[in-house]
Amino acid sequence: MELSALVGAVEPPQLLPARLQMAFTLGFHIILVPFGVAFTFMMLICQYRGLRRGDEQALVLARRWSQVAAVLFAVGAVSGTVLTFELGILWPGLMGNYGAAFGFPFAIEGLFFFLEAIFMAIYIYGWKRLPAWPHFFTGVVVTLSGIGGTASVIAANSWMNQPAGIVMRDGRVVDVVPSEVFFNGAFWWETVHMLLAAYIVAGFGVAGIYAWGLLKGRHDYYHRMGFLVPFTVAAIAMPLQFLVGDTIARQVFDREPAKFAAIELVPTTGDHVPETLGGILIDGQVRYGIDIPDAASILAGFSPSTEIQGLDAIPAEVRPDDSLVNIVHLAFDVMVGTATLLLLLAAWFAWLWWRRREVPTNRWFLRGASVAGLVALVSLESGWVVTEVGRQPWTVVGLLLTEDAVTTEGNLWPLFAAVLAIYVCVAAGAVVVLRGMRRRWQQAGTDAVAVPYGPERAPATGPRTDGVDDA
Amino acid sequence: MSTLIAVVLFVGVIAYALFGGADFGAGFWDLTAGGRRRGHRTRELINSSVSPVWEANHTWLVFCLVTIWTGFPQAFTAITTTLYLPLGLAALGIVARGAGFAFRHALADHPLERISGATFALSSVLTPFFFGTVAGGIASGRVPSAGHGDPLTSWLNPTSFLGGGLAITVCAYLAAVFLTGQARRDAHTAMEEAFRRRALGAGIFAGVVAVAGVFVLHADSPRLFRRLSGVGAPLLIISALCGLAALLLLRRGRPLVVRTLAAIAVAAVVAGWGVAQYPYLLGTHLTIGEGAAPTATLWVLFVVSCVAAALIVPSLFLLYTLQLRRRLG
Repeated sequence: MELSALVGAVEPPQLLPARLQMAFTLGFHIILVPFGVAFTFMMLICQYRGLRRGDEQALVLARRWSQVAAVLFAVGAVSGTVLTFELGILWPGLMGNYGAAFGFPFAIEGLFFFLEAIFMAIYIYGWKRLPAWPHFFTGVVVTLSGIGGTASVIAANSWMNQPAGIVMRDGRVVDVVPSEVFFNGAFWWETVHMLLAAYIVAGFGVAGIYAWGLLKGRHDYYHRMGFLVPFTVAAIAMPLQFLVGDTIARQVFDREPAKFAAIELVPTTGDHVPETLGGILIDGQVRYGIDIPDAASILAGFSPSTEIQGLDAIPAEVRPDDSLVNIVHLAFDVMVGTATLLLLLAAWFAWLWWRRREVPTNRWFLRGASVAGLVALVSLESGWVVTEVGRQPWTVVGLLLTEDAVTTEGNLWPLFAAVLAIYVCVAAGAVVVLRGMRRRWQQAGTDAVAVPYGPERAPATGPRTDGVDDA
Repeated sequence: MSTLIAVVLFVGVIAYALFGGADFGAGFWDLTAGGRRRGHRTRELINSSVSPVWEANHTWLVFCLVTIWTGFPQAFTAITTTLYLPLGLAALGIVARGAGFAFRHALADHPLERISGATFALSSVLTPFFFGTVAGGIASGRVPSAGHGDPLTSWLNPTSFLGGGLAITVCAYLAAVFLTGQARRDAHTAMEEAFRRRALGAGIFAGVVAVAGVFVLHADSPRLFRRLSGVGAPLLIISALCGLAALLLLRRGRPLVVRTLAAIAVAAVVAGWGVAQYPYLLGTHLTIGEGAAPTATLWVLFVVSCVAAALIVPSLFLLYTLQLRRRLG
């Protein structure tokens, strides 16, 4: 890449709408991912308990959760498909030049997604007439495919952060080392980070709904278990996430210095770099932040004399704008801040559980727990902002500038408007559907429950096939 | 190797045309089923037969997209930078359709149930139309190797409209044949008869569109016409014979035989397109070999396809068997 040729280049007009649309559709899709990847695991825990101990309430929970998972999985599947279209329509420069290199992890993801879709269908529609344990194992396949699929997508994404395994000639990819592409430098930790995030978001999100019920005085066994299973999963994942996140930060320090400089808001290279909480960059100067002396250097290299490359070490032609740096830095602060709150909540839960061995009744704890899902979602979204915006101005770090990846075709604003409109409808529809489910379940109560397994006992009230009305 | 991957890609296209197509067609019959009361039974049949399988059927599309962008990245970007309008519209249609279907399912007796149902049905008709225009644009050589072809005439042209029209009718035909079998298994005689009539109508209509298409291609895409009437001819004849046989056997034949014949009829048409294109990916200017990714990438795709054949095919078989034996739902 001739950097000098880029000096003074005008940003293509498609860049802004393309980035906004990609950010919006990815941000939307990522909300649904935890429910395909991690929610199914919690469902299986309940089902396992139900089958092992003959616990009918646990089976009811598992079955109802599977219906929620079905709706969210459907929306996730179609919004994920839109992303595959967008990769080509919005970023032909990326797919045309590097599709041969980093495209194949998506093929592997397609494989996992195929398995997931097949077994998800068998699981969801198999409650009535499949034998119990085979049915349970179809759910296990769903959970495992979710993990495999996540790893594959992250392989492609992390490759854009730390590209490896390609041979270039005349600006074209002429050969590929598949294993180096897939297991690139950023692959393992980013994958674990995303998987833990999925379990945290789904766990806190689902538990929050039952925490709300507990607050409202519905302190029965059903609500206690509905709270306990997902919250425990998330509470266990939370401290692990801190360890993983910390490791990743140090890895970014080693291998993606530009991103690290933006994350830590370091304008000039040097040692004894303070950790800046909040604050923004204006004309190359950090303003309004709270500095913790030496902390950034210590966190990066365990010593205050650790030198950190600043933004000034990036060649001026490819140095990100102040606004991009600010977005990355503030998103990072939000991610760590929200995660810290969640860690405290998890610790509080551990403390309460250790003392009483029962679901906490402390109202402030339950209030916290009922919003923990939203907080976790904010954390997840800001984490993605850090990694995606933190790569700018590169799409593939060091190889492809975002402005060269974007399409030059057509006016993208109408397309973005259409996407926005349709996604708003889909989101509203999903909310209506989920609220409707909850209302029906509340009316049905938890005592009058049909055993999910075995042949239908009573004649069904109608030839409905989705099972929504018989739980 | 590149030809092998092109074949794999085309197998995916055929599978999507068959399985995804039948689902789209079910949406067509849903749209035309009539009012709330009159169409009730039809929609119920469609719901119970499509629900467990549509996501798996939809996955073939993802498979095709990732195979083409990994195996033939240059062709992929040429297509997306030229045909971005119908592709974008198809993507929106897919969202509206999937969400509409999933929501209708969960929205029993809610005021929004009809809206989401209508969304599902309408986008089931529009989406295959847009895919058909994309196929027509590619087949008639309107996508330049370097991409950035005309954003309008690349899909607003006679061959593309033929593709779109054929897609809708073929989907409707497939779905009607499949749903006839489904109604028969449910021992629902009236419904079976209704779908048999629809299958006949759609089959005849598809035949008429195909014959009209001969003239369209002759005038608009002479090369495609020549290739189809040359190397593609045997496949088209097979397609016509199977389609005809399926229609004749619809009344008395075993459902499995009829379904297979209908599927072969559709698969043969799509395969005919593939054969007529060979050895080109785009028009007569980008060959499969020229547009292919490095060999290592193609090998990965080949291995992934083998693993898919070993894992996905039995899983799909399990899904369809359970569905046909009424173990799901």
